[in-house]
Amino acid sequence: MSQPDSLLRRLWPFRLERRATPSAAMRLASPLIAGVAMALTGLIVFLILGQDPLVAFRVFFIAPFGGSYEIGELLLKATPLMLCALGLAIGFKANVWNIGAEGQLIVGAIAGSAVALFGSESLGALTVPLMMLAGAIGGMAWAAIPAFLRTRFHTNEILVSLMLVYIAQQLLGYLVHGPWKDPAGYNFPQSRAFAEAAILPALVEGTRVTGALIMALVLAVLAWLFTAKTHAGYRMQVAGLAPAAARYAGFSDTRNIWLALLVGGGMAGLAGISEVAGPIGLLQAVISPGYGFAAIIVAFVGRLHPFGIVLASLLMSLLYLGGEAAQVELQLPSSITGLFQGSLLFYLLAADLFIGFRLRRIVRAVAP
Amino acid sequence: MTLETPQPPPRLRLRGITKRYPGVIANEAVDLDVGVGEIHALLGENGAGKSTLMKIVYGVTRPDGGHIEWEGSRVSIASPAEARRLGIGMVFQHFALFETLTVAENIALAMDDPPKPSALAARIREVSEKYGLPVDPDRLTHSMSVGERQRVEIVRCLLQSPRLLIMDEPTSVLTPQAVLTLFETLRRLAAEGMSILYISHKLDEIRTLCDRATVLRGGRRSGSAIPREESNESLARLMIGGELQACQLTPRTPGEVELELTHLSLPTRDPFGTALDDLNLRVRRAEIVGIAGVSGNGQKELLAALSGETPSPHSGMVRIGGQSAGLLDPAQRRALGFGFVPEERLGRGAVPAMSLAQNALLTGARAGMVRGGLIRQSRMAEFAQQTIAAFKVKCSGDAALAGSLSGGNLQKFIVGRETRLNPKVLVVAQPTWGVDVGAAQLIRQALIDLRDQGVALLVISEELDELFMICDRIAVIAQGRLSPPMATGTLTVEQVGVLMAGSAHAPEAADVAA
Repeated sequence: MSQPDSLLRRLWPFRLERRATPSAAMRLASPLIAGVAMALTGLIVFLILGQDPLVAFRVFFIAPFGGSYEIGELLLKATPLMLCALGLAIGFKANVWNIGAEGQLIVGAIAGSAVALFGSESLGALTVPLMMLAGAIGGMAWAAIPAFLRTRFHTNEILVSLMLVYIAQQLLGYLVHGPWKDPAGYNFPQSRAFAEAAILPALVEGTRVTGALIMALVLAVLAWLFTAKTHAGYRMQVAGLAPAAARYAGFSDTRNIWLALLVGGGMAGLAGISEVAGPIGLLQAVISPGYGFAAIIVAFVGRLHPFGIVLASLLMSLLYLGGEAAQVELQLPSSITGLFQGSLLFYLLAADLFIGFRLRRIVRAVAP
Repeated sequence: MTLETPQPPPRLRLRGITKRYPGVIANEAVDLDVGVGEIHALLGENGAGKSTLMKIVYGVTRPDGGHIEWEGSRVSIASPAEARRLGIGMVFQHFALFETLTVAENIALAMDDPPKPSALAARIREVSEKYGLPVDPDRLTHSMSVGERQRVEIVRCLLQSPRLLIMDEPTSVLTPQAVLTLFETLRRLAAEGMSILYISHKLDEIRTLCDRATVLRGGRRSGSAIPREESNESLARLMIGGELQACQLTPRTPGEVELELTHLSLPTRDPFGTALDDLNLRVRRAEIVGIAGVSGNGQKELLAALSGETPSPHSGMVRIGGQSAGLLDPAQRRALGFGFVPEERLGRGAVPAMSLAQNALLTGARAGMVRGGLIRQSRMAEFAQQTIAAFKVKCSGDAALAGSLSGGNLQKFIVGRETRLNPKVLVVAQPTWGVDVGAAQLIRQALIDLRDQGVALLVISEELDELFMICDRIAVIAQGRLSPPMATGTLTVEQVGVLMAGSAHAPEAADVAA
């Protein structure tokens, strides 16, 4: 479409022009660029807040690598992010936008906790596996709601899955304030502590890392095999890249949506139960500092690739830990973590834009 | 059309126009003159640089070198708005219409000073009737077929009363009668002093319509000619730099029925779609049946009903290889030996962001590319490589992204993929739309070879010449109804044209009669 010479164009004589061939190398480099830009932004923010940027930088980015316990914490926090993001990425590749991993995580935690609270005495060694299974099923059940509504009534899964997060939070609040509240818990909104048999043991003495990390890494490999090697994974990618081609080839839209949401929900549910059966050890009113939402950023920073997600979840975990340390040691507000997360996603999207497009100055024609 | 002395300056003069894109030279030192009241043909294969040159004239793209003179004075055209101010109108090959807006709203958007909506609608009706281009100003664009959209583009241009009209392949979607009407119109416009730059690869048209022709090959001007004094062969030589091969259709006795439509009626859910009304058709082994028609007469709906993207009301309405298939989905129909080449290549026939090898798997899962749910990469790559070789697909290899191929090459790949999957029935929509002459010939020959191997083929095309070239029988679709197919030898282009016009296009028919 034509545009007359406007004031806007004189003030901003640039436009975006599609690149002939986007660089594959830059696609991989853009998360790094975004990470560096995020760190620089952080330094500027520290300066404005009157902190010594070097000290703040050390607290935020170096201290979390300080020792085996610290590294353990890094891996511990990366685990739920990794689990959620792996599942979400499979859906995102198929244009199924599950934004509600946080809710699926909570319902997975509730379902798994039910096994821990009411079955751990009779189940013995089967307790943990059954908790994991219940957690995955709980997450899937929560994700099945948007799947059903989308395939049956064409509702938008972004809205439905997001709204279900708040319902899940209310459900959890009701349980820990009401029926599942520990009678001997001084009226704190939390359940009884899980029995020994219902707790994931630490992998390494002196850390809090559990077997959930191993499970997440195995699932990362499986997720990669699924997308790269199976026909079902291929069909989902086609549905995401070119929906008309998927219809032409006869790939079922319904099947893709169900698969995407069930995988995403199941993985989020695993993340939820791993948290309550691991570092938390009981069910309480808040079990996740927004892992389900941060996982969306992790999925994109990881380029929707399982191995990228493993790395991206470590970065995001670092931001959580750095944010906590900054609160404790520098008395910075807790929103510092959100600021880093947000600026990381912002820079990533910006970098991605410039992979596909370049900024061109609009030159007024000059008669030769 | 002789010009008196002293010669007035030409309306448009291009000198040394050069445009480079990363990796390609689209135009190199191209000269072109278009006189007042002249119909000038710009001839060339796909990728010869015709569209780039026209975009430069229309201010969409800026040249890297050379200059433009408009009515004797040097100009630089920075934007389409500026081009329109000068008096240049352009009908694009790929249409820039907003899907969710009506025809009138789309046209208003493209105007620099749009009149009131009611007045505009009236003007659209007036212009569309005057030039035999039926367009309803209140219709939403998303429901329109490619052909109908093109009509909107033509009307949109004519509304601006330009002094130079650029037309990029305008006739591919018109009935022969409508083409004649359009030519009348263009000649009248030219007689009134309008200059017309006519881009086409249809040599017959250029020879009947155009006063002069400039031929491009590989971005350079390979020659110019007075088309009336040339033959199709000599023009084609200038265009492709070699001889053109004709395809061979030897008579064959068809076998048993492979594809059968019985009383296929399909109401349309789309308020602007075409309902299919009692379609009956049999396609037998070793024959090619063609369906002619102006786009928007039910082709889209018929193709969706054939492929299974829209299920039929009853399973017996569509039979593939003797089996009722009306309720089967596209994958199940494929399993019965059904193959399909859709009209849209990018995004439907192929996934642009995937490699050719991965695109082989799109419909090739049954050809040994999947075992136990797992993809066999080597089979996939092998299939793609063989397809590339057999159909002379110009690309960097089986890892090339489908989106990086030119339209013609991608079409060769898709036709190649579908034919190499050994279908019993192959339905092809617009086999050579926007494909250059050489590739078109190769695709047509491949379809004929398939027929000779005993495959039942159904070709839906808006190019009558093509249907007459490759079909054993031709039926015509108009207003969602299908005429009985008739042997190609017993038909004339005029007869088919009358059927194509149908009852809905009575004004066009009347125009011809008048």
